[in-house]
Amino acid sequence: MSKKYHITTTVNGDDYEYLCEAQQTLLDVLRDELMLAGTKEGCATGDCGACTVMVDGTMVCSCLVLAVETDGAKVDTIEGMANGNELHPLQRKFLELNGSQCGICTPGILIAARALLERNPDPTETEIRYWLAGNLCRCTGYDKIIRSVQAAAREMRGA
Amino acid sequence: MDVRYEAPETLQAAVALLAGATGPAKILAGGTDVIVQMETDLIEPSLLVDIKKIPELRQIAFENGGFRIGAAVPGMDIMGHKALAKAWPGVLDGVKLIGSIQVRGRASIGGNLCNGSPAADSVPPLIAAGAIARIIGSKGTREVPVEQIPVGPGKTSLASDEIIASFFLPARAPHSGDAYQRFTPRTEMDIAVVGVGVNLTLDKGGTCTAARVALGAVAPTVLLSKECADALIGSKVDDVALEKLAAAASAACRPIDDKRGTKEYRIKVAGVLAKRTAQQALEVARKS
Ligand code: FES
Ligand code: FES
Repeated sequence: MSKKYHITTTVNGDDYEYLCEAQQTLLDVLRDELMLAGTKEGCATGDCGACTVMVDGTMVCSCLVLAVETDGAKVDTIEGMANGNELHPLQRKFLELNGSQCGICTPGILIAARALLERNPDPTETEIRYWLAGNLCRCTGYDKIIRSVQAAAREMRGA
Repeated sequence: MDVRYEAPETLQAAVALLAGATGPAKILAGGTDVIVQMETDLIEPSLLVDIKKIPELRQIAFENGGFRIGAAVPGMDIMGHKALAKAWPGVLDGVKLIGSIQVRGRASIGGNLCNGSPAADSVPPLIAAGAIARIIGSKGTREVPVEQIPVGPGKTSLASDEIIASFFLPARAPHSGDAYQRFTPRTEMDIAVVGVGVNLTLDKGGTCTAARVALGAVAPTVLLSKECADALIGSKVDDVALEKLAAAASAACRPIDDKRGTKEYRIKVAGVLAKRTAQQALEVARKS
């Protein structure tokens, strides 16, 4: 039997304890063990950003992190973005302005966009495009994504 | 496949784990290459030694007027270091081009080097900078210029029980500047067709007194080209010198044909890019 590692972590503020094997990625554990399937797998090779989550405040591809590395870490995923039934402004604007079509890229883009707006509440279009360069979308052509992020940023600034 | 994961807190413990490994062992820093290689079955390590819990590998410190950068410091932390950005903008430009922000949240320059890709973006500027790697192994410590570490695609000169602990970037002479440029079809998330790192120093009159030029993605390893440096040293980095540099850069290439570019294309682009990068380094040097 393979060796199992005992991991203690918080995900979206909730405490979790689980067992995993050394080669299991954080993405696999989130989706298959913790049943948090909001985080998506597009490529599993770090190229698409669909699996973007925050680990200890750093934006990462969860397919490029081993679950064993997150023992004691604080993980934030898309499931923690809305406040109960109240959507985050980014989520609302993506709905209103069609920033999401098939939705596979959306959780990763929302997590990345939130990280951007926390650092920079008033990013230019170019800054948004560069920040989201690691998040690929096959549907929207990006324009609606950019407009959704700008609209949310405006609302969050109270402008 | 049964993989054992260890996250030692000292270099000595990490080296002991590697030295005592009975099967294939792999060092895990940011994991942005290693985890992909595991996922795609390119490598099947039986032991993973995570070096990120070793404090000295995670620090950027001033040392003798220069900088010591821990080998496992993530790219985003390197990019956020103001003094480093001022002294070595070319090194930072190389780091800035490694993957996406998500990838740079984890990827380190130690990993970028040890992955052994001839197209690794942080390697040409590190070599141009004259960076020295501090390597720790069972037999002790050695200080090795970065250009001596890659020996072929995916291969390094490190022994199986050796770890790169840190990189030393030396103190800057006045009027010094470095730059890194790469050519890719896309602006982001791409792999260099050609990458060029240039580091030069001028005297008071603007004559180049020292230069190092490194070429990426045009040979099995990143090349440090003496001919390119010689084209600049003693000149005012004027058009004549830049033409000589371009010719030397093209002549130094031993590229392959692949989907990103043909041999002829890479040879031509290497010359053009060497000129542009030298001009950028010159601007930096003039202002410093
Ligand atoms: S699934 Fe992680 S980057 Fe694509
Ligand atoms: S909405 Fe389908 S990939 Fe972005």
